[in-house]
Amino acid sequence: MPKQEIWELRLYIAGQTTNSILALENITKYCNQYLEGRYVIEVIDLLKNPQLAEGDQIFAIPTLVRKVPEPLRKIIGDLSNEEKVLVGLNIRPIAL
Amino acid sequence: MEKNQKESLLKTPTGINGLDEITNGGFPKGRPVLICGSAGCGKTLFAAQFLVRGITDYNEPGVFMSFEESESDLTQNFKSLGFDFEKLQAEKKLHIDHVRIERSEIEETGEYDLEGLFIRLNYAIDSIGAKRVVLDTIESLFSGIENTTILRSEIRRLFGWLKEKGVTAIITGERGENSLTRQGLEEYVSDCVILLDFRVIEQIATRRLRVVKYRGSTHGTNEYPFLIDEYGISVLPVTSLKLDYKSPTEIITTGLPALDQAFSECGIYRASSILITGNAGTSKTILAAHFAWSSCERKERTLYFSFEESPDQLVRNMATIGIDFEKVIQSKLLHIHASRPSLQGLEMHLMTLNRLLAEIKPRTVIIDPISSLISIGNNSEVRAMLIRLMDTLKINQINALFTSLTHEGHSENNFSILDAVSSLADTWINLKNEERNNERVRSLLIVKSRGMGHSNNQQHFTITGKGIHFTSPNKK
Repeated sequence: MPKQEIWELRLYIAGQTTNSILALENITKYCNQYLEGRYVIEVIDLLKNPQLAEGDQIFAIPTLVRKVPEPLRKIIGDLSNEEKVLVGLNIRPIAL
Repeated sequence: MEKNQKESLLKTPTGINGLDEITNGGFPKGRPVLICGSAGCGKTLFAAQFLVRGITDYNEPGVFMSFEESESDLTQNFKSLGFDFEKLQAEKKLHIDHVRIERSEIEETGEYDLEGLFIRLNYAIDSIGAKRVVLDTIESLFSGIENTTILRSEIRRLFGWLKEKGVTAIITGERGENSLTRQGLEEYVSDCVILLDFRVIEQIATRRLRVVKYRGSTHGTNEYPFLIDEYGISVLPVTSLKLDYKSPTEIITTGLPALDQAFSECGIYRASSILITGNAGTSKTILAAHFAWSSCERKERTLYFSFEESPDQLVRNMATIGIDFEKVIQSKLLHIHASRPSLQGLEMHLMTLNRLLAEIKPRTVIIDPISSLISIGNNSEVRAMLIRLMDTLKINQINALFTSLTHEGHSENNFSILDAVSSLADTWINLKNEERNNERVRSLLIVKSRGMGHSNNQQHFTITGKGIHFTSPNKK
């Protein structure tokens, strides 16, 4: 069995806006469901660290970035559509 | 009250040569300006020049937010124009942010806004205290973002935000088929809209600029030719100059003492213009050379535009009639600029001339022959250019001499151009070759000379090893 990678996710927000809070709730929920124990979510508030926006090419808020595994993927929006997020991140249910 | 408001509108110099004249001082300070035009019309350069000149000439730092070209591409592309992005960035005067949106790696789900873009822009502006901002081309977002409803409302918000931030911003937009920009950006930016246009007429590329809209300010409404050369963009406001130059009373020689005698003042006025017309082989260039030489003898710098002969050939040929151009070229009194007239558009020639005027600061300018320029444009263009040219020379108090080739049996084209030049010139001399008793007889006639009496006689001359020699005595 191949060694399982730790998923590194980054969520870019700008203050505690409705969309941002919702996005964090959503991604935490999906991760607990499909990637339990194998993920890290780093929340970056651009209001506090505006200089970090350029590096990951952030233009929309909220933006979820999958750093690992590669290739880099981005999902913008409040992540309310579970199907789209799972496809976008290429997460396969662990049970399969 | 209306008028007071007009005057109170603060302007930001554009950094584009000639554009401040058209816009009465520049762009509206602290407001967004839309620059639109089709691909390759010079939008990005326009924007870059606005930023770079803003930094170098007006000490206003600037942010370049590029949605298309990467930082290294931009840096590379503008190096040839002397825009040193690396240096300006190192000095914290310029901030380039390349917004790259890869649709393939982005998924959209649910609600979002473009606050990320605002934060980046805000950070960039604040980090260097920017006064100028360029967004090139924000329309690219439309190909990267699916939800155009959000995009449109966010773009509207962005332009409002820029205004609040108090920066003067250039937003570029690609020309649409039935609208100024493909995505209708003109709907959001309504203070000042400038349209750039690039077309090819008779194989010669011409660029034009028009101020479509400028809220709260007067502006020139014409289409103005502009050009892009190694110094960036320059606009030529053909009609902006006024007839208010000084007219000196000092008399200078035509270069031929015998010819001077034909004028009541024994010469011509300084800073006046002479037109020499004649068929091929009537010694127009020789007369021009005498005039150039006399200017050099006064230790005055002389600029010789040669559209038919190379500098070398001109020097060699004039040496045979005793005019040593080589010597005065070496002592930097004479500068010969030779180029093929058709190599560049009219505007380019005029710009070259303007630049050489600024560089060399000549007291005398020869254009030999001006008729070559005429072949490269249509009549109204040529006329506008000639007026501009003559005005420029007058304003700079430069003695000017133009030669113009005429043909046997005036053609229609010949006439109208001759009309244009001759009505503008102060002194008009016509040269002729006639056959008499199997011999060529050269003659000269002063057709007109503003502000002084002149001989009405046809004066015969020969060309000798010392140049033009008058065989009949000149009378006043």
